[in-house]
Amino acid sequence: MQNISISKRSRRLRTALAVALAAALPLAAGLGAGSAQAKGTLVYCSEGSPEGFQPQFFSTGTTFDAVSVPMFNRLVEFDIGTTNLVPALAESWTVSPDGKIITFKLRRGVKFHSNANFKPTRDFNADDVLFSWSRMADDANPFHKITAGQTFAYFEDMGMKNIVDKVEKLDDATVRFTLKRPEAPFLADMAMDFASMLSKEYFDAMLKKGTPNAADVYPIGTGPFEFVSYQKDATIRYKAFDGHFRGRPKVDALVYSITRDATARYAKLKTGECQVMAFPKPADLAEMKADPALNVLQKEGLNIGYIAFNTEKKPFDNKLVRQALNMAIDKDSILKSVYQGQGQVAKNPIPPILWSYNNAIKDYAFDIAKAKELLAKAGYPNGFEVDLWYLPVTRPYNPDGKRMAELIQADWEKIGVKAKLVTYEWAEYRKRSKTGEQSVMMFGWSGDNGDPDNFFVPLLGCEAVKGGGNVARWCNKDFEALIIKAAQTPKQADRAKLYEQAQVIFKEEAPWITVAHSIRFDPVRKEVKGYKMDATAHHYFNSVEIVK
Amino acid sequence: MLAFVLRRAALIVPTFVGVTLLAFALIHLIPGDPVENLSGERGMDPERRARLLHEFGLDKSLPQQYAEYVGQVLSGDLGTSLTTHEPVLAEFLTLFPATIELAFFAMMFALLLGLPAGIVAALKRNTVADYAVMGVSLTGYSMPIFWWALLLILFFSVQLGWTPVSGRISVEFDVPMASGFMLLDTLRAGDWSAFRSAVSHLILPSIALGTIPLAVIARMTRSSMLEVLREDYVRTARAKGLPYWEVVLVHALRNALIPVITVIGLQVGLLLSGAILTETIFSWPGVGNWLIHGVQARDYPVVQGGILLVAAIVISVNLIVDLLYGVVNPRIRHG
Repeated sequence: MQNISISKRSRRLRTALAVALAAALPLAAGLGAGSAQAKGTLVYCSEGSPEGFQPQFFSTGTTFDAVSVPMFNRLVEFDIGTTNLVPALAESWTVSPDGKIITFKLRRGVKFHSNANFKPTRDFNADDVLFSWSRMADDANPFHKITAGQTFAYFEDMGMKNIVDKVEKLDDATVRFTLKRPEAPFLADMAMDFASMLSKEYFDAMLKKGTPNAADVYPIGTGPFEFVSYQKDATIRYKAFDGHFRGRPKVDALVYSITRDATARYAKLKTGECQVMAFPKPADLAEMKADPALNVLQKEGLNIGYIAFNTEKKPFDNKLVRQALNMAIDKDSILKSVYQGQGQVAKNPIPPILWSYNNAIKDYAFDIAKAKELLAKAGYPNGFEVDLWYLPVTRPYNPDGKRMAELIQADWEKIGVKAKLVTYEWAEYRKRSKTGEQSVMMFGWSGDNGDPDNFFVPLLGCEAVKGGGNVARWCNKDFEALIIKAAQTPKQADRAKLYEQAQVIFKEEAPWITVAHSIRFDPVRKEVKGYKMDATAHHYFNSVEIVK
Repeated sequence: MLAFVLRRAALIVPTFVGVTLLAFALIHLIPGDPVENLSGERGMDPERRARLLHEFGLDKSLPQQYAEYVGQVLSGDLGTSLTTHEPVLAEFLTLFPATIELAFFAMMFALLLGLPAGIVAALKRNTVADYAVMGVSLTGYSMPIFWWALLLILFFSVQLGWTPVSGRISVEFDVPMASGFMLLDTLRAGDWSAFRSAVSHLILPSIALGTIPLAVIARMTRSSMLEVLREDYVRTARAKGLPYWEVVLVHALRNALIPVITVIGLQVGLLLSGAILTETIFSWPGVGNWLIHGVQARDYPVVQGGILLVAAIVISVNLIVDLLYGVVNPRIRHG
């Protein structure tokens, strides 16, 4: 009797358990994925949270994408997709013959956004330009040190205090920048995110209210989208700004759905939870390209992946050794195996999309016999041993440092150079490289703006040896003279000639092995129309529309 | 009882010193520093580097930095994030409800499935059901959360389209966050569609995070039940002719639960540490996600403050668990 009763109970228990186990899935099915979005809302799966909402404070692309790109404008800006400068808040500008005075004529009728605490009473004018600049440059500006520990990182990185002497208002619509020295890249610098224009009236109003920090937390700009809300590490919401001087964006609302994991971003793109995603994993690209619901846009990267020789150390202080090692690398194999064809062989320190790229330069051909001959001539007929530092992380300019190092190791072995592969944690890697501990190391760079100066000076200039950006620690007087002169030459055509000459010296001296320029990818859903990839890797959505 | 609580409270002091010291030492042992993180591939002028180190207080000796940090914490200030320049405590409090919500549902998932599964396995010892429960729980326990979470997303979200991929709620809902608990806030807003969306977003992360605790609870319940079922009082209860369910659920289970409760208490710590991976994969805006970003950015105050707060919570939960023993089993009294 008891056995029967146990059996009945156990059946009941089994049934209950089965019901409980199964409960989650029908529930999930009934609830649905909830991927439907309001009409006219574009959802972008971004890769991280912004550090804050003040474009002058920060220096990461993630913050720029979330702050300065949708909500602010600069006096001049890059034409999306190119590195050409176009008028923005300044409708025109003139440069004095000596290159030291730049006068901006400001656009009239440019409106600022508004929020619950602030309604602008006037349009953008010269006072805003002076305020935006003085906040970064002038220690006496009441907003210069409003947030403890905060710095104007990019402004300082670009050495603006050493470049700009003074900024003056000539009238409401005219501003004059006087430079301490001629600095041709200055205009491109002004298109960078740190040079976004703030509303003086807003900051003054917040100061008067006793909440000066509010102006940095709830951004007011002139950009195509207005700030709506931010849920930390989850979403940033914007709405189209009706008063934007280039016209209202085509979508009503923009949402950044913060999704740190690249696989999750891709899954959300597939299910339609977002329509554009940031930074796909290279391994997913083939599948993405085959997906009929997606468009995978691509663009040459404004970057360079390279191997730098520490020219202060033996035997790399010898040009012949550097040239020999250049010749002993099969770049085509690296491109195929490391970049999986998603890049192009580099022969210059700047990518071909930058003006002044010297296409006449011939790269060192892969020639083991010649490399051996050069090594013997340099006094190393039997080669030598060397530590080759490889990147511990994936970077936009190099998807797989270790694989690249293994290929180079195998190539160099053919000329008797035995490379020991060494790496460190990424922050440690950079820290050590700046002290000059390395002999040969893998590194790279993604350009900040569309000026060649932004590659030559921070990576190969003599001053950059001190700061650690020049990891080859290569300081060549002739090269330095050319890049300094180019920076002080007003006309682009003249500058291009100087940079072309500099590239000849660079190639001959071979402080680096220029390996590759990678290609960037932006996967978007098919219903997204009008999206253009940006040259400086920002994500612009003002001209995007959703056509179902 | 009071004496017990006071004795346990006294342990807080060495625990606090240990946790702060460990968190401080570990984050400082990781190579790199916040200033290095600011410069990236770009070089940094040595003078500027020195100035920034000074501004962040990192130019002082480590013992001095630690002493200042402890002093700051004792005065109730956990510092300011070096990345966002927001107070660490404010950031933690903004994000913690999301972590609690996830951990709560993960624990519910683990308990609702783990306890019955363990009981069934014990009652059906050496049968297919027992082997199935033990096999599945061993698999669940051995499964790396990262891999398991991705598998769940790919199957249920991408293939079947049943659940959303990640996040706490669909982006179409902009629910004002009053309590920080999405389910409560959506209910408060009276928006049922938003509530359903929030529930659907909880399913996969709860399963991913709750799988290991589920496996542990199931196995622990099984072994504990097997032990108790052999006891004399269970045989006596059966002999008295008490209904089977009463013998199992009242006489046996209540006693079997004591070690299980200990395990559940320990799982809270595991849930909070597991949340780091789960939150990253599911873009769940909680403290796990925040801490991992803090480590990557070498945001010392965030990592130190976050670990301290999480440790405080784990210690408190374990204290509560100790007190619960007395409730579950009157033979255990805290004198």
